[in-house]
Amino acid sequence: MNPGRQTFLKEGTGNGVGELTTEGLSVGQNQVSLELRNLVKRYGSVAAVDDVSLVTKPGEFITLLGPSGSGKTTTLNLIAGFLTPDSGDIYVDGGPISSVPPHRRNIGMVFQNYMLFPHMTAEANIAFPLKRRKLPAADIGRKVGEALDLVGLRDLGTRYPRELSGGQQQRVALARAIVYNPPILLMDEPLGALDKNLRESLQIEIRRIHRELGTTFLYVTHDQGEALALSDRIAIFKDGKIEQVGTTTEVYDSPTTTFVATFIGESNIIRGQADSKRSALVAGPWTLALPAGTTSTGHLAILVRPEKLSLGGVALGRNSLRGVVIESVYLGSARRISMDVRGVGRLVAYEPAGSSLGADAGSEVEVSWAIDDAVVLAERSHPGSSDEDGDDDAVNESDETEQLPDQQSPGSNSLKTMEDQ
Amino acid sequence: MTHGGRRWLWVAVTIIALWLFLPAFAVLPMSLNNTNRMSVWPEDRSLRLYDQLFGEPQWTAALTRSFRIGAIVTVLAVVLGTLAALAIARGYSRARRAGLNALILAPVIIPVVIAAIASYSLYLEWNIVGSERALIFAHTSIAIPFVVIPVLASLRGINPTLEFAAQSLGASRASAVWHVTLPLIRPGIAVGAFLAFMQSFDEVVLSLFLTGPLSRTLPVRMYSALIDDLDPTVAAAAAVIILFTTVAVVSIGVSRLSEARGAH
Repeated sequence: MNPGRQTFLKEGTGNGVGELTTEGLSVGQNQVSLELRNLVKRYGSVAAVDDVSLVTKPGEFITLLGPSGSGKTTTLNLIAGFLTPDSGDIYVDGGPISSVPPHRRNIGMVFQNYMLFPHMTAEANIAFPLKRRKLPAADIGRKVGEALDLVGLRDLGTRYPRELSGGQQQRVALARAIVYNPPILLMDEPLGALDKNLRESLQIEIRRIHRELGTTFLYVTHDQGEALALSDRIAIFKDGKIEQVGTTTEVYDSPTTTFVATFIGESNIIRGQADSKRSALVAGPWTLALPAGTTSTGHLAILVRPEKLSLGGVALGRNSLRGVVIESVYLGSARRISMDVRGVGRLVAYEPAGSSLGADAGSEVEVSWAIDDAVVLAERSHPGSSDEDGDDDAVNESDETEQLPDQQSPGSNSLKTMEDQ
Repeated sequence: MTHGGRRWLWVAVTIIALWLFLPAFAVLPMSLNNTNRMSVWPEDRSLRLYDQLFGEPQWTAALTRSFRIGAIVTVLAVVLGTLAALAIARGYSRARRAGLNALILAPVIIPVVIAAIASYSLYLEWNIVGSERALIFAHTSIAIPFVVIPVLASLRGINPTLEFAAQSLGASRASAVWHVTLPLIRPGIAVGAFLAFMQSFDEVVLSLFLTGPLSRTLPVRMYSALIDDLDPTVAAAAAVIILFTTVAVVSIGVSRLSEARGAH
């Protein structure tokens, strides 16, 4: 690989680190690959991160998505160097970095609760990483200005964190994490403490900044909508393991496990027994055709997304079931119809708002889908899969910050958050 | 609380405050005595006792020695106590943190007389009894807990993740503590420094054991002035100490108040 990209591994904060940072906030010059190889981190007998392997492409936006305690934040802290893996290794452009201390890794990190230094102005916060790298004062001033421009806070540089709203604080934190042009930026639920509108506008901003910088972004969230909106690829975590890695359309359209299918988007899971020819699934009283190319036999589950289900429409190449409508909710552009199907359970369908084919609660309806719109899932069993036990947030020493994302009003300062902990 | 209840609360607070502070401030009129008989409300008043306090070498030597020892003890206790508090708050092993905490705070619990006898015999062995060094050692050991306690309280109010943030930005662990943690715990350090100074400045028991006739600190000089020669100058010395402490406490209070205001 390119040896020039490994300058951050050098000892000392002299030229090695300085070179990378004097290039300015420019596009695409700074792309490296990141590889996690069989990472394991245990707390007692619990493996918070259990054999995680992942390769990112240079400049990629990859999201670690999973419920609280699934090991995604621990993985991020291993990459940042705040935690040491029990086994496995982390490579940046082919070089192992597990023995490099955090401050020499040259990896940027944005935290959920901003972690701005409360005794410094926004400018001083952003200048902090440049001062540690002993840049000349003139360069520091220019770069801080550029970074403030990039996040749209040019006029607020002299404010203290407590004088900024939550969204503004997170913008400053973002500027601080990218001002030294790190080739990799880690973001740990950066929008978790913000309200919904702010979250959406900052999502757009993060996307834009990623496009402009070309830095590899590793983003942790438990919000699947956010993951779908932002990422090139998503790695879905469960119980310390990666359940599936894929592009947003891959994980939505072709999930490989029931966990991924239910965690991302709304889903109808139909469980049954496949026949020996792998062509039909017997679920309760129903016999359903399996999509072409099904390879598994025995106990099986298929996924049908609600928008693939439609009322009525028995036709060639379609499976159909009969059920009783439980509830029909008008959503404006569509009607969300949930129904109970004997031997299968509850199914949800989205119908275009115009067509309301006898979909009132209590009425019996026929529902159908194209055979090949179903996805066959692996029914993986996870013994002892309690989602809340893992120590996901080892750095904060408690999961509270992750559990209470909406407790913080945008106006409160970060010191308050600290006192809460 | 009802309006009447609130009034009674203020009455109670005033009574308690007077009860606590009046004896201390009684030395102010006492120090204006012009006779050689001690009296709380002297009829014949002058600043003669202050002349004696700041004029007689016995008193001035004790006064400057107390300030000098207090200053050195403050520096030592602040440095060692802050490092100890950082170790207790940020150390890796919980058991080791608890052990260290107990060890550091032990001087507060051990009766001073016992500490005095122990250090007296030890320092005799080392041949440093009667030297300022002996007092500095002994005073530092009892002053450290008074730094550790407020600094630990300050540290608990700071999110330790801030140090991780600093490290991710390129600061070593030591540099993260220096640039981020220390500025944030400055109020705790200031309180600790003041308490450490006062621990040394008005310490009597250890000092009685460890000072010789030529190394008397102000409290020891005051004690012997009362016991040996009933010298009323002691009232002036006490008044100076009371005024000094009052000014220090009030200024710390004011600065904390303005810091708390600034934070909102």
